[in-house]
Amino acid sequence: MSQPTGQMSARNWDEFMEGVWRQNPVFVMVLGMCPTLAVTVSGVNALSMGLATTFVLVCSCGLVSLLRKLIPKEVRIATYIVIIATFVTVVDYVIQAVSLALYDALGAFIQLIVVNCIILGRAEAHASKNPPMAAMTNALGMGVGFTIGLLALGTVREILGAGALFGVSLFGADFQPWVIMVLPPGGFFVLGAWLLFFATLERRKQRKQRNLAEATQNA
Amino acid sequence: MHESAANIFINALLANNFVLAMFLGLCPFLGVSGKLETAFPMGVATTFVMLVASLCAYGLNLLLTAFQLEFLRLISYIVIIASSVQLVEMVLKKYSPALFRALGIYLPLITTNCAVLGVALFQTAREYDFVQSMAFSFGGGAGFTLALVLMASVRERLQLSDVPSVAQGTALSLMLAGILSLAFMGFAGIGG
Amino acid sequence: MNSEAILPQTTPAVAMIRTLGLIAAICGLIIVSAYQGTYDAVQENKRIAVERAVFKVIPAAKSIVEFAALPTGGVEKIGASGTVPAGALKFYAGYDEGGGLAGIAAEGAAKGYADNVRILFAYDLATSSISAFSVVAMRETPGIGDKILVDKEFLANFPLEAKVSADLKALANAIVTVKHGSKTKPWEVDAISGATITSRAVGKAINDAAQVLLPRIAPNLDKLKEKS
Repeated sequence: MSQPTGQMSARNWDEFMEGVWRQNPVFVMVLGMCPTLAVTVSGVNALSMGLATTFVLVCSCGLVSLLRKLIPKEVRIATYIVIIATFVTVVDYVIQAVSLALYDALGAFIQLIVVNCIILGRAEAHASKNPPMAAMTNALGMGVGFTIGLLALGTVREILGAGALFGVSLFGADFQPWVIMVLPPGGFFVLGAWLLFFATLERRKQRKQRNLAEATQNA
Repeated sequence: MHESAANIFINALLANNFVLAMFLGLCPFLGVSGKLETAFPMGVATTFVMLVASLCAYGLNLLLTAFQLEFLRLISYIVIIASSVQLVEMVLKKYSPALFRALGIYLPLITTNCAVLGVALFQTAREYDFVQSMAFSFGGGAGFTLALVLMASVRERLQLSDVPSVAQGTALSLMLAGILSLAFMGFAGIGG
Repeated sequence: MNSEAILPQTTPAVAMIRTLGLIAAICGLIIVSAYQGTYDAVQENKRIAVERAVFKVIPAAKSIVEFAALPTGGVEKIGASGTVPAGALKFYAGYDEGGGLAGIAAEGAAKGYADNVRILFAYDLATSSISAFSVVAMRETPGIGDKILVDKEFLANFPLEAKVSADLKALANAIVTVKHGSKTKPWEVDAISGATITSRAVGKAINDAAQVLLPRIAPNLDKLKEKS
């Protein structure tokens, strides 16, 4: 029967896109700031952190959703945290096995994924109330949105602060890098600039809608 | 590591401020720093939890290393932190209900404060001994409180200023944080 | 009205413990599987990283043997388990093709600008000097702190004199980083102008490690000279 399947995939797509755009964890909800600013000194680090967080998000929400009828509500937060910590430990060892250099670059922030507000928030708000497929799709959307946010920051900071993108030098040897961009203040400034950019876009959209409404009223 | 406890404290407080240099504890930093009267108690509560977490993490690490159970480190740290926060909540509820109400949802959120887990993880990675760990967590907590108080003071003043409405909110806080972070970079090397 | 329906359902303690136990078991299983599954790969990665670093600072070395310098003064090979005795310092002996000792390498760490700077330095027994160093891990400012890797004047500090004192208790002269341009003694490290903090970290890392390690190695050279 195509009708129910069509509806289901439409709903799944909605769940997925909610995390990517409407409720983007970095730009809209402004959650999970610590890793966002700390590791986005280069595109590679940003991408790796995004993928690692997405993995933990999807697996934790999946397991929480599977066990949602069993978890006693008095200790649910602690249980979610234990489940999240389990998958973070897994990611920690996997990254070590894949590349020690990447592990050193990301440092303590791999283990700090466990206190990333996004994951706990999703588990509490969504995974505990929805079946596994929906929970994992939503988690995947959130993870992708988070990765996009990280990449937006990481690429800007790397281009301005190191004159490179994903390790490939862009401007040649004479480029004087804007070093502050790869230092802590740069992280704050670049994220603030992105938020300002999106707020301006939003403002323009609202003004356009208002003008349109006025125009149709006057007509 | 041969750093003196005093140097570790000064570094954690100023040169390597947890919020402005190490990016730990940003969610409450952006969330609670609106008013000075909530910022300071939040900082103190977090510092207390950090001290307790540091203490427990030190003991836990000794235990886990002795039994070669290092892979349980992260889980045991986070469980200890969650329990400490529960404890602080119960104590506050009993002895200072007004403060408990004022902090509201942000009190249980100390569990997900990167700074608390960060203290435990960093002191383990740097292999600090007991005194160094205590100095590190106390300095870190004090630095967190300092950053929070500074931010709150400036934001309170800014409410009376003419800020373009498109920049208000988180974008402004982030710009502010960037300027504070730039300023704190001047403390580099202060701790020897 | 059914009063039981109004009361909130609290989970009975037995059911809670049972469920929590189940969840703990599941999580434990996942963690241990991941740990065991990645163990070999991780160990291999670490071994390769160490090898690469040691060969970089001791170019003549073709093979490495790990040793521990014991607090009591002896040296012993570190077995396959990799455990270092309490209070002992790990160091690497690099042997050339003929099995002769090419140099000794050890790690040191000190606080730099952002975080710890971990380095590996090589010690040449024939000349009693630190011949080279390389960075294992650091988070220093790109373009400023990381100049220690490429700055020609800084690299010209090496070989750095590191003689052991006559009583074999410490270094004859402590290795110390001095302001750029003010180096007068062969055991001083001339800092990079504008990157003093990171330069100091390198000097301190080498000094802290060498002060303990070299006096322990000095009386045991015959054990290390030939690859056994």
